[in-house]
Order: sequence, then structure tokens, then C-alpha cells
Amino acid sequence: MNKILLMILQRFGLGLLTLFVVSVIIFIGVEFLPGDIAEALLGQGASPENVAALRKKLGLDVPAHTRYVNWWLNVIQGDFGTSLANGRDIAELIRVRLANTLFLAVVAASVSVPLAILFGILAALYRNSLYDRSVNIITLGAVSAPEFLVAYVLILYFSVTLGWFPSLSNVDADTSFFERLHRVTLPAVTLTGVILAYMMRMVRASIINLLASAYIEMAHLKGMPKLRVIIRHALPNAWAPIANIIAISLAYLVVGVVVVEVVFIYPGLGQLMVDSVSTRDIPVVQACSMIFAGTYILLNLTADIVSICTNPRLLHPK
Amino acid sequence: MKKSKIEQIIHQDTVLKQALNDPRITRRDFLAFAGAMGLSATMGSALWSGRALAAGPTRGGHMVSGLNGANTSDSLDSGLFIDTFMICVSRAFRDSLVDVAQDNSMEPALAESWEASPDAKVWRFNIRQGVEFHNGKSLTTDDVVASINMHRGEDTTSYAKGVFSGITDVRVDGNTVIVELADGNADCPALFGDYHFNIVPAKDGVADVLSPHGTGPYLLKEYDPGVKTTLDRNPNAWHGDGVAHADSHEVIAILDDTARQSALISGSVDVINRPALKGIARLKKVKGINIVDVPSNLAFTHPMRMDVAPFDNMDFRTALKLSTPRQEFIDKVLFGYGAIGNDQPLGPQFTSYNPDLKVDYDLDKAKHHLKKAGLEGVKIDLSASDTSYGGAMDAAQIFQSHWGKVGVNVNIIKEPQDGYWNNVWNVKPFCTCYWGARPVEDMILSIAYLSDSPWNDTVIKNAKVDELVVSARGELDKKKRIAMYQEVQQIISAEGGTIVPAFGTDVAATQDTIGVADQIGGGWEMDGGHYLKRWWKA
Repeated sequence: MNKILLMILQRFGLGLLTLFVVSVIIFIGVEFLPGDIAEALLGQGASPENVAALRKKLGLDVPAHTRYVNWWLNVIQGDFGTSLANGRDIAELIRVRLANTLFLAVVAASVSVPLAILFGILAALYRNSLYDRSVNIITLGAVSAPEFLVAYVLILYFSVTLGWFPSLSNVDADTSFFERLHRVTLPAVTLTGVILAYMMRMVRASIINLLASAYIEMAHLKGMPKLRVIIRHALPNAWAPIANIIAISLAYLVVGVVVVEVVFIYPGLGQLMVDSVSTRDIPVVQACSMIFAGTYILLNLTADIVSICTNPRLLHPK
Repeated sequence: MKKSKIEQIIHQDTVLKQALNDPRITRRDFLAFAGAMGLSATMGSALWSGRALAAGPTRGGHMVSGLNGANTSDSLDSGLFIDTFMICVSRAFRDSLVDVAQDNSMEPALAESWEASPDAKVWRFNIRQGVEFHNGKSLTTDDVVASINMHRGEDTTSYAKGVFSGITDVRVDGNTVIVELADGNADCPALFGDYHFNIVPAKDGVADVLSPHGTGPYLLKEYDPGVKTTLDRNPNAWHGDGVAHADSHEVIAILDDTARQSALISGSVDVINRPALKGIARLKKVKGINIVDVPSNLAFTHPMRMDVAPFDNMDFRTALKLSTPRQEFIDKVLFGYGAIGNDQPLGPQFTSYNPDLKVDYDLDKAKHHLKKAGLEGVKIDLSASDTSYGGAMDAAQIFQSHWGKVGVNVNIIKEPQDGYWNNVWNVKPFCTCYWGARPVEDMILSIAYLSDSPWNDTVIKNAKVDELVVSARGELDKKKRIAMYQEVQQIISAEGGTIVPAFGTDVAATQDTIGVADQIGGGWEMDGGHYLKRWWKA
């Protein structure tokens, strides 16, 4: 058990290192983009004096490396600073939006993960049947269509024609839980369509892969029902790849839903990040990317832990 | 026609009008009723749409709008306003000294009246008394002075710095604020109707630009930049019953065209701005939706830098102008929502606009000028990006095919959106561009068409234009000024370095329950940014 603990700590340290590297890359990347925040904000109306005045006011007249170091020193003390664009406290700005993003991600995940596992198991069980083929075609179709198209089609039928769900998923602090759930239905369905196929096919593939093993054959031979073979014998050994694909899908739900946010006007982190990149609001971009990178690192770590814990060979290496 | 038939028609008309004015009748009832009277559904629908308008403003209700032109980086600092969302919101909870009225005249707001010295150099604005900010603080001349000064001086970050740079001194005399200008400017009041210029409370003599308290007819209740803003009626407003019809407002940022449109069609919002023009013919057919379009002074410009060959050759420029397909530009790029332009930047909404000044499409003449310039078969680059205006890439291709007909080979360069205004505009010799509407002629001419203008994107150096613009600025005689501005238009159109195929139209779409006056303000989209106060919900 101590070995696992050690590994977690090790991974955690590596994760922090990754975060650091990501922050350097993002900072340099934004610095390399043409124009800075002063020019981006002023647009066609930028005059040299305006730009200079705005830069000075925002503290952009100091060299980039000094700004970067200062930023780190503040972050270590838990201060993400204020937005260059409108002076708002970044922690506050992100808190609300992160909560919205996580809410949508949790709703979408709690629908899609059980569905994917169920569909995957059934597809493995009835491999090459009509059910298997049709569930494959439908989910692959959904993942192949661009998200915005799926979203627009859902809006057209369920909000414009039928009027069951609102086309705007704008939620705020006063929105009640059930109202929230109602408003995120269409975005959650869209996202489910996007990630369902990956997870479902991974479940199916890893189970089918195991079905060729000798011990499964043994289970069959001793007369176990098919479903029991899969759930008792195949699935426990298939958790590692499934956990990995679920982790990646969940990470996607947190960091990659900007299109869905834009179409449904959902105030999440993605839109904030895109707006901040376009205005070169580096502190906000940095804070968002730290959260995104952190999400990936944490979820990957969780997936690794799950795969180790479910695999005795990894759990007790010789 | 027999007498009885005429009577019948008159009778029908009266009954329909009665039905139309009866508040108990719904749209569905009315259409059924109109159908029974022998009217087609379209006619009935058209009559009903007119109802909200015909009945005049109604007080009350909650209006929900979905607006493009918002960003998470939006700020309450009016000096940093660049787009519609904040402009409209600020105009609802704050006031300016002067408002641009719906007929585009200057209307008193927090300045009750004003007068100019004979040379138009000293202006006295009499400040309205008994006005309170939303936090109960009384409006004083100090607030006004601070609100003016935040756009002046070395360290101002206001985008309106250029607009206010002509002011040399601001001082107080009792209830009057005196503004002194370096040169006479007959349009001075218009500066104080600019959307950057809102009156904010002063704190220790400095304008508190981030204060949520204004003097406007609405209170800023909730404010989440780039997401949503809600406004409630200000019970203590000085404005009277003429404005602020709805009791409350919810303004939602919807940047995606399709999302904005479906929000309107599904009834989630009452008003949207900038419906996608590509689909507007279909949107028009949706029952219960009205399109509100207003001609604007927005100019689609294509500046050529007149100090770079071959654009330094006037015959060459004339050849391009004569072979520019203006109607096709309006039809294909603006989907019909525009007015033909004449290669100068002052649009049809200016009183000085000269409708007789036209640039014909004449390929023979164009060829003649190109030959005279000795530039047949010349190759030029046109830098374009949809950042400059939606459809600029399409427009570039249309120009390419027409200019090709006279022997000018155009190479279209698709420029990146990022940094377009820094790296392309004012740098590359020929590019696509736009100039937003300004309330007065001088604001455009002074910043872009004088020899020493900061944004002289065509590098025009014309002594006659310089002289006319400066003298028109200080000319209080309206007729003389108009004549001067018309001469400027004529010179720029004939000799200048910009191609203006069209002037734009501001388009909005509403539910047919939203009332909009017959004439609405230009200057900026959404009724000059005043729609939250001026439109009503029937």
C-alpha cells in the first residue's frame, strides 16, 4: 500500500512540474501573439498615446520575465490577481464560471458514463448483432457530427418547434437546482453525444479483447451464463482502459466545451478563456489554463490509480 | 364603384381599427377576425404588427434582449466602451449632457440648455438641478467636470481622448459648466452626446468610472460582464414619462448568430441586434417577428495609401472607383441592407450629405483612366479580413472580378484577424476597413482626412480639404457649413484614396409586441444605443 502512496506523491510532484511548464508555455504563447491587451482592447481606435497610457496603467511596461515571476509569486500566495481588461478579481470571476462548468460536466458525465458502460457491455455481449451494429452507427454518427450542428438540431426541435427546453442555458446564482438541470438539458445531451461513442467502444473493445482469454473460456465451459461471465470475469480486468477513456472524456467535458457554451450561452470557463485570449488578458488566460491543466493531471492520476488498484499484477509487483 | 360597396369598405376599416385598438384582443383573435372580414393572413399580420406602434408607448413589462457586441472583458469604464452591449446598458443607467434624439438632433439631457460664444470657442452648459445619482448623491457641477476631465490629459486611457482633445479648459460658474476650445467648434454639444461620455459621480475630484450609480432612468441591478445585466426602474428618475417604458430589463450577451436568432424565434428574448443577414429573408417570414432597420452612417471603406505606387496615381484610383460594382456589393455582401456609397466617408444621415454626388459604374471610362495612368495589367495586393467588416472576404472577390475586367489584377491577401488594426490597417497599401458612424461630420474628417490627422488611413494631404474642414468646424451658420462639407465630400470622392461602395444599415429584430417609434436614431445601432429607454413592450 505504501508503494501506491509513494507513487501518488511522485505523480503529484510531476503534476506540479507539468503545471509549471504549462504556465511557461502559455505565457510565452500569449506573448508571441500579435498585439497586446492595450492594442486588442482599443481595436481600430488605437492611437499610440492611448496604447502607451493603457499599457502603463495595466503595468505592461515592465519586461515580460519580471511580470511572469511576479505572477508566480502571487499565485503561490493564492492570489490570481485581477483581470487586466476590467480589473475584476480573477478568483471571483473564475469561481462562478468554474462551478457552472463543473455542474454541466457532472450532469453530462452522470448520464453518459453509465450509458456508455451499459451500451458497451451489451454490445460486447451481443457482438455483431443488429443491436451492436445500430448502437455503433448511432453513437459514431453523433460523435462525427460537429457539436454545433448537434446543438442546433436539438435547439430547432426541442426549443423552437416543441418548446420543451430553453435555447438559452443562461444560469446565475439565483437559479434553483431543478431550473438549472432543466436549462442544461440540451447542452448535456449534446455533450453526451460527443463522448458516448469513445467510452462505449472502449468498453466494448476491452471486454471483447478479454473474451478470447483462456480463463473466460473456462468460465464458459463450466456453464456460466454469458452476462455473468462478462460482469464477474471480464469487466474487472477491463477497468484499466475504461478508467483511462473515462478520465479523458471527463477532462474534455471540463476543458473542451467552449462550442457548446457559445451556442447555448452557458457562462462557463471556455468562453471566458476564449474572450481572454482574444483580449490578451494574460492573468485570466493563465488562471484558466492552470485549471484546465490541473484537471487533466488530476483525472489522469485518478485513472492510473484506478488501473493499478484493479490490477493485482500492478498492485503487487515482484 | 357603387356607393354601398364603398360604405362597406369604410365600415370594415372602422371595425378593424376598433379591434386593433382593443387591448383584450390577442393576435390570434385578430387574425381570425381579419380573415372573416376577407383580409388575407399577411395583411392581417401586417396590421397587427402595426398595433404595438399605433397604440403608442405602453408603460410596464419586462423586456429581455439578446445582444451581440459583448465580451467578458467589458468594463463599466465608459472611456473603454467599444461595443453595443455596454453602450446600451450605460445609456440606460447613466446620462450624458446631451442626447442625440431620434431625429438625430441634439436634445438636452443633464445639460438643460447651452449657448456658444459667437466664435464657437466658449460653450456654457447649464446643468440640470435636483438630479440625484442612484445612491442618493446629488448631481453637482463637480461631477460633470470630473466626467469631462477623465477623457482629457496625458494619462487618460479613454478612447474618446481624440474627441475631447480640442478642449483647453473646463471650469464652473454657478450651475454652469464652461468649456473652452482651442478652435471654434459648432458641433461641440455633439461631443457631449458621445457614448463614451457618461456623467459619473466624482470621488475626491476624480471621476469614479467604475461606480454602478448613474443618474439614468434605470438602476443597475445585476452586472456580469459578457454574460448578463439586469436593470430595474429608477423610481427617482428626473426623465418624466417620455422614456423608460418597460419596468425592468434583462440584457443577455448572445454572441453566436444562430443562438441569438433561435432565442428570438423560441420567444426567450424580445429583442436581438444584428440578426445574421444571410438568413434574414427567412427570419422575416417567421410569424410574430419584426425586422427593424435604420440607415446608418457606417461606411465600408477601402483605404489606399496615396503615398505608395500605384495608389499615388489619381487616374489609377479613378479607374478602380469607376469599376467598383456598388449595387452588387449591397446585394451580395450586405444582402440588400445598405445604401450606395460615393467614395467619401460621410453617410446619408448627415444633413450635409449630397445625394447628387454619385460615382457611376463605367468600365469604358475606367479603362480610359487606367490607360492614361499607363498601368494596364498592373498587379496590386488587397489585404482583407472579415474583422474589418463581415463579408469583407466576399467583397474582395467581387472587386477582384470587376477590377480584372478593366485590366487590374488583384491579389487578395487573407490577413489574420488578430492584430488586424495594428499590422494591416494603416500599414498595408490597400485593405478593407470600416468607419463606425459618428454624430457629426467633423469627428470623421478631423481624425482621418486632414494632412496631420492621427488616423489618416489614405495619407490624403489636400490643402483645400484642410482649410475647409477647419473653417467649417467654427462656422455657426448652418447653410455655409453644409456647403463647405459638400465641397469636402466632392473633393474626397473625386481625388481621395478610399473606395466606399456602400453605407451600412443597422438591423435589429424584435417580437411584434415590441414597440419602436417611426423614426429611430442613428449614430449607433439600437436607436443610437438608447433603445432600452425608448422602445416599449405592448
